[in-house]
Amino acid sequence: MIAFLVKRVGNAILVMLTVAFFAFLIFRFLGDPVEMMVNESATQVERDELRSRLGLNDGFLVQYLRFVTNAAQGQFGLSWRNQQNVITLIGERFPATFELVIIATILSLAIGIPLGVFTAIGRGRWWAEGLQFSSIVGVSLPSFFVGIILILAFSVSLGWLPGYGRGEVVQLGWWSTGLLTPSGRAAIVLPALSLSLFQITLVMRLVRAEMLEILRADFIKFARARGVKRRALWFRHALKNCLMPVVTLTAMQVGNLIAFALVTETVFQWPGMGMLFMQAVTFVDIPVMAAYLCIVSFIFVTLNTFVDIAYAVIDPRLRAA
Amino acid sequence: MSISYHPPASDALALDVRGLSVEFPTRKGVLTALSEVSLTIRRGEILGVVGESGAGKSMTGMAVLGLLEPPGRVASGEIRIGGRRTDNLSEAEMASIRGSMVGAIFQDPLTSLNPLFSVGQQLIETIRLHSSLSRAEARARAVELLKQVGIPGAEERIDHYPHQFSGGMRQRVVIALALAGNPQLIIADEPTTALDVSIQAQITALLRKLCREHGTGVMLVTHDMGVIAETADRVAVMYAGRVIEIGPVEEVLSRPKHPYTRGLMGSIPALGARVERLAQIDGAMPRLNAIPTGCAFNPRCLEAGSRCRNVRPVMVAEGQGSVACLVHDGGVQ
Ligand SMILES: Nc1ncnc2c1ncn2[C@@H]1O[C@H](COP(=O)(O)OP(=O)(O)OP(=O)(O)O)[C@@H](O)[C@H]1O
Ligand code: SF4
Ligand SMILES: [Mg+2]
Repeated sequence: MIAFLVKRVGNAILVMLTVAFFAFLIFRFLGDPVEMMVNESATQVERDELRSRLGLNDGFLVQYLRFVTNAAQGQFGLSWRNQQNVITLIGERFPATFELVIIATILSLAIGIPLGVFTAIGRGRWWAEGLQFSSIVGVSLPSFFVGIILILAFSVSLGWLPGYGRGEVVQLGWWSTGLLTPSGRAAIVLPALSLSLFQITLVMRLVRAEMLEILRADFIKFARARGVKRRALWFRHALKNCLMPVVTLTAMQVGNLIAFALVTETVFQWPGMGMLFMQAVTFVDIPVMAAYLCIVSFIFVTLNTFVDIAYAVIDPRLRAA
Repeated sequence: MSISYHPPASDALALDVRGLSVEFPTRKGVLTALSEVSLTIRRGEILGVVGESGAGKSMTGMAVLGLLEPPGRVASGEIRIGGRRTDNLSEAEMASIRGSMVGAIFQDPLTSLNPLFSVGQQLIETIRLHSSLSRAEARARAVELLKQVGIPGAEERIDHYPHQFSGGMRQRVVIALALAGNPQLIIADEPTTALDVSIQAQITALLRKLCREHGTGVMLVTHDMGVIAETADRVAVMYAGRVIEIGPVEEVLSRPKHPYTRGLMGSIPALGARVERLAQIDGAMPRLNAIPTGCAFNPRCLEAGSRCRNVRPVMVAEGQGSVACLVHDGGVQ
């Protein structure tokens, strides 16, 4: 188990170094940092001086290592747009995106798994087939459209829930959370639902397919022959065997959720990293873009590593490997 | 008071199947997979069941377990396990019979066990389903069972997962699971087919020993005539969804009465060989939708006469067993 952990973490570090390399290429070669930092009237001497002060004359490898060291400490320099520290900018926005994605993920599992089980065991009944059919609709609706419909229905028409913003937030150290205030909790419902709808249908369809497959397995037949009751058969023996692909899917989709959050955040005016990134793209704010790339990849890789470890915990056969 | 025939006390019988027919309604009509199957197994007795592939051996076992795949259903006949009628029970009632009155051992021990639960978890689950033991008591019983089926270091092995056992050891675990609810009957469907040849004999010997000790009746489905000769007390021969001969193993093996059984015996080159194809009998067993009238075996039978094409033979007592062949029931002409 220890060797397994070391191997997984080693892999993760390797991937991050590669990502950092590309971020570094963008950072260093897309636009000239010196040009962006000095004012129009600076002389060549001043520019050269700044260039060497920034270490831009050092060897490629030295510069890359410096970038990695800084990035590892969360230093991505200053935003070209407003001269603020990039990591502070992202840090301010990160909690909003994180909470949105987490709530959306929880919703997708909490709703998707039971729906998947019920559509599998009720196969052939009208309610299961109806659900299965509506999930096809769910998969094909574009995210922004779902968002707008939700706003129209629950915010504009019914007035039950806020349709934009994050509500009141509470500061816990550097972390700002909306989950501790009633208005913050109300505000996250619609965007999280909108973000998770696609995910819910995905989880549901995956669980249904896996359940149908597993219910045909020999060990289910043998469990029935041992006298295991239907409920335990479905929720203990079969469901546990479906969870591995669900864990994989969920973890892989978190990356997608962060990406899709761009759209959701724009539709719901949600003050997260997605909105920050959209602004950075508009202003060609390279340090913010490089930092976004590194941080999103970091989240991605960390999650994948946890998935591998979670696998080993769920499935004893993988522990030896 | 009406006088009706009462069979002898049937609680000595682990299994009593009478006139069992199983049908599969399909779009092209009803397929009769089992037709008028009758057999009995006494407590502690091993009944070997042989016949070509597709003869209905597994189907019989599954019908007894109440595990026929829909739309398959028992169309007529009666099944009694330990004297209790089970063919007309609801799914919930049948679930409580399975494991406690009838256990099962299937062909592949690897796929029979849930890979995500330790063997202990699966044993304890089964034990507690059929008793009121506490978790700790059930665990002690599970260790006891693992010892009985000959797993060394049972105290430690109980927490291991199926993939950590070899094929033979896994089948021992499956046997322990089948015995966990103290059933009177075990359906063992080709329990050694998926195993290494070198350990097949050990597993059948173990099965035999445990059944003798516990007084459990066993329906042992196999293709291996050697296993039948060494393990079974009686043997039933199946053909095209029917039992065509049944009797004590020495009698059926040495003096087979049915021409098909003779073909089966003639095709054993040596003890321990598997019967996949019958070199001695030309042709193949008919499909379920094309079973000939009269005797199902008549197109392949060297002794067939005109009566065989019109009259369906029924089981008649002969020697210590019974046989369904017109030669023994009024002649073939
Ligand atoms: N779901 C089903 N629908 C229709 N017919 C079926 C179904 N399942 C099995 N059968 C048929 O029932 C017959 C009996 O099959 P069974 O599995 O009992 O054979 P078997 O004697 O166990 O053979 P084998 O030695 O290959 O295991 C076969 O002809 C098979 O084609
Ligand atoms: S009844 Fe006729 S066809 Fe059938 S086995 Fe006997 S002799 Fe052969
Ligand atoms: Mg079979």
